[in-house]
Amino acid sequence: MSLLSTENLLEVENLRVSFGTPDGFVTAVNDLNFTLGQGETLGIVGESGSGKSQTAFALMGLLANNGVIKGEARFEGRNILSLHEKEMNRIRSKEIAMIFQDPMTSLNPYMKVGKQLMEVLMLHKGMNKAEAFEASVKMLDAVKMPEARKRMNMYPHEFSGGMRQRVMIAMALLCQPKLLIADEPTTALDVTVQAQILTLLNELKDDFNTSIIMITHDLGVVAGLCDKVLVMYAGQTMEYGSAEDVFYRPTHPYTQGLLQAIPRLDTDAGILSTIPGNPPNLLNLPPGCPFQTRCEYAKDRCVENIPPLEEFASGQLRACHKSVDGWVA
Amino acid sequence: MTISDKILMEVNNLKVHFNIKSDNAWPWQKGHALKAVDGVNLTIYEGETLGVVGESGCGKSTLARALLRLVPITEGNVVWLGQDLTDLDKKQMRDKRQELQMIFQDPLASLNPRMTVGDIIAEPLQTFQPHLSKAEIKQEVRAMMDKVGLLPNVINRYPHEFSGGQCQRIGIARALILKPKLVVCDEPVSALDVSIQAQVVNLLKALQAEMNLSLVFIAHDLSVVKHISDRVLVMYLGNAVELASRQALYETPQHPYTKALLSAVPVPDPKIERDKKIQLLTGDLPSPISPPSGCVFRTRCPHANETCALQKPVLQPLSDEQQAACIRLADIA
Repeated sequence: MSLLSTENLLEVENLRVSFGTPDGFVTAVNDLNFTLGQGETLGIVGESGSGKSQTAFALMGLLANNGVIKGEARFEGRNILSLHEKEMNRIRSKEIAMIFQDPMTSLNPYMKVGKQLMEVLMLHKGMNKAEAFEASVKMLDAVKMPEARKRMNMYPHEFSGGMRQRVMIAMALLCQPKLLIADEPTTALDVTVQAQILTLLNELKDDFNTSIIMITHDLGVVAGLCDKVLVMYAGQTMEYGSAEDVFYRPTHPYTQGLLQAIPRLDTDAGILSTIPGNPPNLLNLPPGCPFQTRCEYAKDRCVENIPPLEEFASGQLRACHKSVDGWVA
Repeated sequence: MTISDKILMEVNNLKVHFNIKSDNAWPWQKGHALKAVDGVNLTIYEGETLGVVGESGCGKSTLARALLRLVPITEGNVVWLGQDLTDLDKKQMRDKRQELQMIFQDPLASLNPRMTVGDIIAEPLQTFQPHLSKAEIKQEVRAMMDKVGLLPNVINRYPHEFSGGQCQRIGIARALILKPKLVVCDEPVSALDVSIQAQVVNLLKALQAEMNLSLVFIAHDLSVVKHISDRVLVMYLGNAVELASRQALYETPQHPYTKALLSAVPVPDPKIERDKKIQLLTGDLPSPISPPSGCVFRTRCPHANETCALQKPVLQPLSDEQQAACIRLADIA
């Protein structure tokens, strides 16, 4: 991986997030590396507890108090992990914005939606009230909110789930950030609403040339939106490559298992192939590769050493001891 | 799997309305009727899986509960093996529940946290078959645990010690220990991770074949429903809009809502997904307190015209395997 290229908007190097808990030290994210270019979309995929959300929180400086960060995340060459709260506040929303998973709980129920939107502009762009109002209406229009002007005067509970998520997206885009982190933005929504939101994100990506980090457990969502995909398991990167490579030529047993375990609309029904067992407890990870207890190819070497993340083909990385031969078609 | 022609359950014009009163209403003011389920007709055959899909608020969970009379039924009836369940009193209904069981959505919340796994699975047996001795019950419980893939050494553990997938296995064991004929599964896998979801779906399919169960499988995920169902019912705002065999529904969907729903499901394939044309629905689900007149879907339907507002469409047979409730099917095909 190139270390100091200027083309990359974000370079994450050896990011490690751990939490001190009463039961011991938990490493939620373990040596994560990725880069993101301007206008690129990265999908971070994993099951619950794989560390994908903590990665987002770490990048935004929103970790819980007992969280400890190691490593670097260079945003336009500047390490944002070591910034002070005050400096980070200037970057948040203006340069990097985030859409949270639950649109029901991430808006302030006591504030009118308009005020919540205007606040962002007045704080970060120094606009006055009238300017901020107009800019907010414009942004609500951009996310296809019907009757945007009227909606400015409404409280969050008067909106449906999909509309609230639109407000969240509008809020995140107000300052035209260079990077948008979306943490499961459609998980709480119905499929038809999800389709609306994903179409919207795709359009916004083209209109504003925003880079997006899309965090999700749904591989279908990633397929339509992302250029690159990073598959996480128990805090570690299993596979990282272009969307085409990961979906059509997966080389890690976990990615393969995951892709086969999803029931799909476009294939015939039958017995689903499964990944046996359960995800490991982060407090008590198995020795070696975290996936070895559920992997059908596991051998002694998988218990003895953690497989390093290696680039085996151009732009395609994976962490597995098994040779790639015979897997890449 | 062969599905017999034997009818287990018949649902006729089932309506479940909830009376909603606003907080600042005067005591003598009447509330509004929230029409959660508004006139559904169904037949469930022995050994089949009927999938029920729809978005949140479409009444699929209420329908599931109404089948077991867990919510009061406003109108219509549910006939179980020739007997009208709505006629039964509490005690008779209770006896019937031996044959009608349910698996719930939230695997952990549906298990009593202060009971051990063994006690949870044994409770239905103790209730309905009090003549069994302790040893017999234990033997049955162990056999059931083995069937659902729980190791015998976990029998004395508590629910919080298990992961979501294993909790769902406990819930399945509890539902199946009485050897019911019909099991209603209300979103049994939606709270589970992908890799675990596949395990539970396969388990349900295997147990169904082994015990000749009929399943009513409720889910919002159309792909999961495709994998488990023989027939599928699509609901929208308390109404059945399409009922068809799996093949007919997924290959030749007829109702505009079914088409929109199917096109909105993301497929894990970048090429298909990028070139796909999604039929986006505009707007939001209308309130079930004041649903649109006539066809409830007309406010979001791309093909709606004035005639749709006049009369509520009912399910019309299109072929042996397919029924849809839309008056404009001939025009939009």
